[in-house]
This record gives sequence, C-alpha cells and structure tokens, in this order.
Amino acid sequence: MVQARYQTAFRLYPYAKVADQAASTPRRHPVVIIGGGPVGMGLALDLGKKGIPCLVLDDHDGVGMGSRAICFAKRTLEICDRLGCGEQMVQKGVVWNLGRVYRGEREVYHFNLLPEEGHKRPAFINLQQPYFEQCLVEEIRAEQAKGAPVEIRGKNRLIGLEQKDDHVLIQVDTPDGPYEIEAEYLVACDGASSPTRDLMGLGFDGRTFEDNFLIADIKMKADFPTERRFWFDPPFNRGKTALMHKQPDRVWRLDFQLGWDIDRAAEIDPDKIKSRVAAMIGKDIDFELVWTSIYTFRCASMEQYRHDRVFFAGDSAHQVSPFGARGCNGGMQDIDNLAWKLAMVINGQADDSLLDSYHEERKYGADENIRNSSRTADFLTPRNPAHVLFRDAVLDLVEHYEFALPLVNSGRLSTPCTYDGSSLNSMDALPNGPMRSRPGSPMPDAPIEDGYLLDYVATGRFSVLGINCDLPEHIQLKSYTLPCLSLRSERDVLAERYLGEAQSAVFLIRPDQHIAGRWPELNTLALEHAFETATGGS
Amino acid sequence: MSKLNLSPNLEDTDGFYEGLLNAHNGLKDADIHALNARLILILANHIGEQDILEEALSAASAALKRD
Repeated sequence: MVQARYQTAFRLYPYAKVADQAASTPRRHPVVIIGGGPVGMGLALDLGKKGIPCLVLDDHDGVGMGSRAICFAKRTLEICDRLGCGEQMVQKGVVWNLGRVYRGEREVYHFNLLPEEGHKRPAFINLQQPYFEQCLVEEIRAEQAKGAPVEIRGKNRLIGLEQKDDHVLIQVDTPDGPYEIEAEYLVACDGASSPTRDLMGLGFDGRTFEDNFLIADIKMKADFPTERRFWFDPPFNRGKTALMHKQPDRVWRLDFQLGWDIDRAAEIDPDKIKSRVAAMIGKDIDFELVWTSIYTFRCASMEQYRHDRVFFAGDSAHQVSPFGARGCNGGMQDIDNLAWKLAMVINGQADDSLLDSYHEERKYGADENIRNSSRTADFLTPRNPAHVLFRDAVLDLVEHYEFALPLVNSGRLSTPCTYDGSSLNSMDALPNGPMRSRPGSPMPDAPIEDGYLLDYVATGRFSVLGINCDLPEHIQLKSYTLPCLSLRSERDVLAERYLGEAQSAVFLIRPDQHIAGRWPELNTLALEHAFETATGGS
Repeated sequence: MSKLNLSPNLEDTDGFYEGLLNAHNGLKDADIHALNARLILILANHIGEQDILEEALSAASAALKRD
C-alpha cells in the first residue's frame, strides 16, 4: 500500500507495473532519485540530457497541490535554460523587480532587485510550484521522446535501503506490493522530512523559530501593482508583519505573521482568514481562497550531504526559512552541481573523489543560505526585548537617515553562490580581472552580438571561453574535448564583467557554468592542469 | 593586531560626556534604551569597518564581566 500524504494538482505519472517488480534478482540502475519534486525532477532532466540512465521514485503520481515555492531566481531560470525549459517558465511566470517596504501605512523604502541591464533573465519570476514542476516533467517527456534514459515511477515509495560495496539495495513499496532494486548511486530529493534520511538514521540539526505564519493564496480581479510589498506593523496586522506578492492566474500570495502562541484551529478557519484578507486588501474587493496553510519554520542542515553512494539534495539536506526564496532556488543549485559530477564519474571521465566536492561546494552554499535566512528571521521575529529595541531603532532611523536602509531585513533574496575556496578552483591568474567572474563564480550573463552569452555556452560539458583571443574550435585534453567560444569585446558590458582591466582572457567553464579558472591568454598546460583540478584530480 | 582605538581619543572629553548626559536627561527608561540603540547604530555606521565593530562589541562585553 502506498498512502497518499497530500493531494495532487496534476497527475503526471500514474502508477504502472514494471518488469523490475517481477525480476527474480533486483535490477541494477546507475542512478535512483528518491522524490519527484522540483529538485528530483531537475536532477533527472539534467542527467537524462547527459545520457545517464536514471530512475525517479515518487510516492505520489503527480505534483502536489498548493503554490508553496513561488519565487524563482535568475540563477534558477538560467539553470532551467540550460535544461531547456526556462522560456516556458518565464512565459507563464510573473516578472517583478520592484519591492516596497512599509511601516504602518507609510512606505519606508523601495528597491529594484536588478538595477543592472544586460541579463537575459529577470531577477525573479513568481510562479506556483506546481507549474514549475510541470515544466520540468514536460521537458523530461520531450527528452524521453528523443531517447533520454529517464524513467519516472509514480506511487513507488522507498521503504528500506542498505549500502553495499558497489551499490545501494533499495526496497520499494507499490500498490502491487514491495520489490527490490539496486542503485549505483542514490540521490535523496525527498524533502525536509526526508524518509531516506530517517531510514539511514541521520541527523538534521538546526534552529526552530518561535513564530507562525499564515499563507493565504487568493484569486481576485483587482489590479494591485506587480511588486513585492512587505509591511512592518500594518494596521491590518498590528505588531506583526505581512507580505503581498503576485502570481500567475490572478492569484496573490498573502503572508501574515501570527506570532507564537496561537490557536491554530481558529486561525486556519476560512472565515477568520477571509476577514484577515478583507482587512488587508479592502472590504469591497471580491476574492476567493485558493490555498491556505499555517507554517512554522526552522533552519537546519545535515552534517554531510554525501554518505558513500547516497547523496542528499534540496530540502532533504538543508532547510531554510521562506524569507529570501532560498529553499527551492538553493535546491536547484544543488542538482546543477551534482548532475555533471555524477555523469563524469559514471562515464569514467573522473575519479569518485569528484563526488566529494558536491558536499564541499553545496554545504558552503547551504551555510550561506541558512546564515542569510536566519538573519532575516531574527529581524522579523525578535527573540527578546533587546532584539525588539534594535529592530525598532532601525525602522525609526530609516525614516530620518538613509544609512539605516540596508539594515532593514525583510528578506535577502537568493543570489547564486560563488564557490570561493573550492578545491575545484584554480588560482586566479587574470591580473585585475573583475571580482564577479573570479574562479568559483557562476558565469555572469552579458549581451553579445547575437543575444546573450549564457545561450552560447556549450551545455552539459566543460568548455572554454576566450575573449579577444583566437581559440581553435575545440581543445583536446587527453580523451576530453572542450568546445571553445571566442568573442571580441571592447569597453562593453562583456568587457566590464569578464575583462576588467585585462586586454584579453581565457576561462575554463564547468558544465554548471561556474568558472573553474581564468588566464590572460591560452596556455594549454595551465588549462589542462585546471581541468584536472576541476574534475577532482590534484 | 587590534584596530580598535582603546586609548584616549576624544577631542573634547568633558564636552562629549556632558552632551551624552544631557541627551538622557528627563527620559523614561524605555526612551533611554531607545536613544542608546539609535546612537549605537549611528556611530556604528560612521565607523563602518566590520573588524573594528566586532572588536568594540567584544571590548564592551568584556567590560561588562565582573570578577
């Protein structure tokens, strides 16, 4: 039996009996992914496009109800562009750049998230999580039609696993009863209450924040501006905070801080919620409730994201508060990081030690997300009178003096992680090169003659970018072929982001579009050494 | 190496101290705290350098401990 844990919004992969269930000995799969949420499906798509056979096991047969994650960051869209489905998401999503912060009824300040031109993708789109997942699954279906070796099994629940020398033995339950399979690698993308983590008896330490928040997603015809609006101490939620955010389909995300000691049953009552909403948007505006939820949050992380042949990605590995949109966006950076490493190791192009760098780099990224998200939570939910004192002082000062603006913390929105200090980076060898394209950085996008830079980077493999250098079409390093992209640049945005004061530059680009090394000109020996370093050699 | 200046540095020591006391005269407890919080934030912004501010926080905490 596989009990439903939640309602599904779209049924995308109904249960079907497969040959593995009748096999006399367990079938072996190169990669088994537990959980078909955005992180699991993103990983399956990435691996499938690279030709790595992978099997997704999901204990439901579709996408869960409720908008849940709604803010998808530029970096996530760039990853989805690489995976082939960024455009569909942007078409469906609501683009926003402007945020306003209010105290009481007065606007304290506003900010533009992307004051900089020259990026294909906006800073953020708002899109309900079910649509985001649907785009990923549709792209998997399109890739499957072209022969990508991805399989999704709905209503297949993980009920046991055992690490062996060269594989993981997995027990799976289905509507037709249990069966066993083997995985060379297992990736747990099964969420904050990860059954994989529980089955392995692994810890998930962190801080719980003593506060409750109510989400009310409502549908209404009224036209509020496409902005993120955040209130401290609004008249409709005195002494607390509130948030208003637009989603596609005329749906709006409203978020009310409730405090710690609440009567949960009373607060989730639809009539009570409707009166809260009416107080916020105005009594004359018609609306309907689409989805409501009361949540508390914690910031937690596993100690290790790799346990031999088992990897943890997304919320199963780390959990953050929702402020800053660092949950799903962080998870997508996990799979961006893991997919190419698994593919190279499975293809025999890199040593197993490359997989250790997944933990190294993504734990670093998760720590950054947890740090930012905890700081926001501390600002929004002061824990003692001294915290209240300073929070109120900041909010007062901001109305008098500009210096206090950056101290107001209503969410530090997700930005891509730069893997400073990663063992895969080569020493920065470009004198006076721009900070933002130093080794470890995700490539900054830039306009080029025929569009945008990131669209021209070879997908799914290491490549070389040369600016004002004549590179061959390919560079052969032993058995690995690096495609080269040669561009000219002078005093333009590309130069500002990639050359700085240098006349020319050569970059080694990882399959996840992070920069592994940079030099003023092509030096094949240095490139070869950097490639070895970036693939886990020394 | 310490960057925080813990040697006498005020241009007008007694004048500053007098002003500090005057600013607090007649305030209720809650306002005393509120004033000091604002003052700390204003001065911290002026200093700006994170390592100096961290040293100042440590120095203040250390001076709070009594034997």
